[in-house]
Amino acid sequence: MCLGIPGQIVSITEDQLAEVDFSGVRRKVSLLLCPEVQVGDYVLVHVGFAIQRLDEEEAQETLKLFDEFLEASDESPSEA
Amino acid sequence: MNPLPRHDEGRLAPLLLEKIAVLADLPMRLMEVCGTHTVAIFRSGIRSLLPDTVELISGPGCPVCVTPAGEIDRAIALARQEGVTLATFGDLMRVPGSSSSLQQERARGGAIRVVISPLDAVQMAEENPARAVCFFGVGFETTSPAIAAAVKEARRRRLSNFYLLSSQRIIPPAMRALLADGTVNIDGFILPGHVSVVIGKAPYCFIAEEFSLPGVITGFEPLDILEGIYMLLRQRKEDRREIEIQYSRAVKEEGNQRALEVMGEVFVPADARWRGLGVIPKSGLAAREEFCAMDAAQVFDIPYAEVEDPPGCLCGEVLQGIHRPPDCALFGTQCTPEDPVGPCMVSSEGSCAAYYKYGRGNEG
Repeated sequence: MCLGIPGQIVSITEDQLAEVDFSGVRRKVSLLLCPEVQVGDYVLVHVGFAIQRLDEEEAQETLKLFDEFLEASDESPSEA
Repeated sequence: MNPLPRHDEGRLAPLLLEKIAVLADLPMRLMEVCGTHTVAIFRSGIRSLLPDTVELISGPGCPVCVTPAGEIDRAIALARQEGVTLATFGDLMRVPGSSSSLQQERARGGAIRVVISPLDAVQMAEENPARAVCFFGVGFETTSPAIAAAVKEARRRRLSNFYLLSSQRIIPPAMRALLADGTVNIDGFILPGHVSVVIGKAPYCFIAEEFSLPGVITGFEPLDILEGIYMLLRQRKEDRREIEIQYSRAVKEEGNQRALEVMGEVFVPADARWRGLGVIPKSGLAAREEFCAMDAAQVFDIPYAEVEDPPGCLCGEVLQGIHRPPDCALFGTQCTPEDPVGPCMVSSEGSCAAYYKYGRGNEG
């Protein structure tokens, strides 16, 4: 039940309401719990509310870690 | 933004599994607290890929499953009142009360509406001033700020016909109760990602400090879960017991302060009853005094009555990780997703439903 769906803010239409794009499907989302977000930000949406801005830098850090795993495996002939 | 699938899951997953295998020299029992994790773990087949030494057990983190039948009965009693429309999330509709469910009540003509957001219930109240619109609000900390925001919105719109029947619970006190009880052996926790988006890291620190166990706040992609398991094993290897955040793209150490503020403006912690765990102090949320006029439990005559679990149903033990779903004699025979006996088979996030749907050949 605690599902959170990531989407991108397309526009902030009215006071603390945003239009959010979920891979092509657009929905109105309340920004009451996440008032600082801006157009273009990715947010996590739960029961009609944005509950967090998704942090691109942190996401890149995770990717970097995975890249390191892959590089390490590419360098290791036993795992080829 | 979900960057992980862009990566080569097919190449990364075996690498993470290899790293897990290296560290899994001794048995480790990990509890995934959250029902959304349970489903993600089953759907991805992770259980069958892990070394035999790593055992995953499901915890009490399915809000529908831990809602006692007595609270479903109370929602039904409310829906039966003249002039009342009951609005709730779809997940609650099929949960059996003592003699009926919200779905059965609706089929008999009850004014019960499914909403996606609690704000939809506020809108419904505004559009139907002659009816009392009661939102049956079930959920954990992920959902409570949204319910609180809806209550505040109803107040802002000066609606006198919007009410909340609160059946909300908070996770850390339930984890404390499980650990203090000591029946279940747990060596570490895969901590819920979206509850933690709201509450952050601090409320879990007692797990490391008082019970000397590791915990990792984990995301929901298969690679997230594998990395979370790897981080837990790494803590053991390095003899550390800490709360770490794997799901850092969504979870901040301090959580969502605005969401916590909104929750605190409307609710105060209150004792709450959990199916299987009994009454846990300060593990629920009740309306603050200034919002009492919107508290359906106080406004309407709907007393709470305790309901015994159905004979033979092991949901209570399953929710504590004491038994696995297949240990229950009713599982897959008298209790199926089409005709469920207990709530763990009703909710798609219940561990019985996940075992039933994905479990065969998926045992770790």
